[in-house]
Amino acid sequence: MSDEVSKVSLTVNAREVTADVEDRTLLVHFLRDVANLTATNIGCETTSCGACTVLLDGESVKSCTVLALQADGREVTTLEGLAGAEGEMSPVQKAFHENHGLQCGYCTPGFVMAITSLLRENPSPTEAEVRAGLEGNICRCTGYHNIVKAALAASSASSASATSAEAAQ
Amino acid sequence: MIPAPFTYRRASSVEEALELAAELGEDAKFLAGGHSLLPMMKLRFAVPAYLIDLGRVTELSYIRDEGTYVAIGALTRHHDVNTSPVLGTDVPLLAHAAGQVGDPQIRHRGTIGGSVAHADAASDLPAVLLALDATFIIRGPEGASRPVPATEFFKSIFETALEPGELLTEIQVPKPARPGAWSFQKFTKRAIDWAIVGVAVQLSPGGAAVALINMGLTPLRAAAVESALASGAPVADAAALAAAGTNAGSDIHASAQFREHLARVLVRRALEEARAGR
Repeated sequence: MSDEVSKVSLTVNAREVTADVEDRTLLVHFLRDVANLTATNIGCETTSCGACTVLLDGESVKSCTVLALQADGREVTTLEGLAGAEGEMSPVQKAFHENHGLQCGYCTPGFVMAITSLLRENPSPTEAEVRAGLEGNICRCTGYHNIVKAALAASSASSASATSAEAAQ
Repeated sequence: MIPAPFTYRRASSVEEALELAAELGEDAKFLAGGHSLLPMMKLRFAVPAYLIDLGRVTELSYIRDEGTYVAIGALTRHHDVNTSPVLGTDVPLLAHAAGQVGDPQIRHRGTIGGSVAHADAASDLPAVLLALDATFIIRGPEGASRPVPATEFFKSIFETALEPGELLTEIQVPKPARPGAWSFQKFTKRAIDWAIVGVAVQLSPGGAAVALINMGLTPLRAAAVESALASGAPVADAAALAAAGTNAGSDIHASAQFREHLARVLVRRALEEARAGR
């Protein structure tokens, strides 16, 4: 047994990133150290805290518990990949900004990615569904109240009710 | 925290996976979603020399209605079991329980076959499949399949009927006659924790199947509860027997005595909920 090295090629935020890395390299280390995308944080390293959440082929995963080789050939989206071409924030990012959905900010990239995935699967979640959908993310500032508010504000239920309120005026 | 060095190999078919396992021998482990194995490797509880990644073996990711039973490919993810229309209608206990495993991120990666083959007595799905009288289909190095009933599959903690070089390929779940008469109870301290104790109940016209999570080295059927119900005992009396024949451990989360108490309480709640139906 040696420190085996293999070629890994990912599409990260629509950019091809290829490198030879040790077989045991975790996706989070590939993103931070090889792709130089450091928004994705390393928290617990035990699949508990969700700070390292990214999208793999559009779905939330904890990148500390995925080998870079498992993601080879696939599409990864990190927090850096959410904003539009002109730097305009994604709906979830905007909702975090408007609802003060962060305190120290360490867990924030993971929460934003988890909520982005949640809203793709369930565009109009109830508050209970948001809370259940965020079971995999921990905010050690305990700022959950505004995080849940932000998720609800970013949901299509919220934009639909805003639209109907505007229409009623 | 990263795993010790290993050599990564990727299989693209069942055949290739079995060939690699035969070639690499007992120093190799199959890697499915990796959400049990990789954490154990980080902690050096598992130090395989080779990982055989099954992630591209797409032929093992399916949920098929086979009339009297549902066939689930071993690499079907918890998320897909949870959201399957077929399972939601015909085996709602399993669809629901798959949605209680870990958290959404874990369910996007973890697989039903990985959970079964890993055989942690604290895992949800092994006990649920035991309550549902599932059958596990195992492929050997020669390519032949053998079915193993759930009652004979789980041997001890992390130990199953799988022999070296064998691969779990399919889980067959008979459709319950009364699909809505089920309950799944899980007691945890935090949302994503493993069950301190859990209970899966599926009622049928012939009786009740009651399975326990984390009350011994394997998932267990609460045989004393089942036979008391079969002989007409009221739910409260039957549930009082929930800890009979179990072998709960004591650890940082709970004493054996507290686990036995939880088993009695959760079995009673589960039976009441299953009887009320959905």
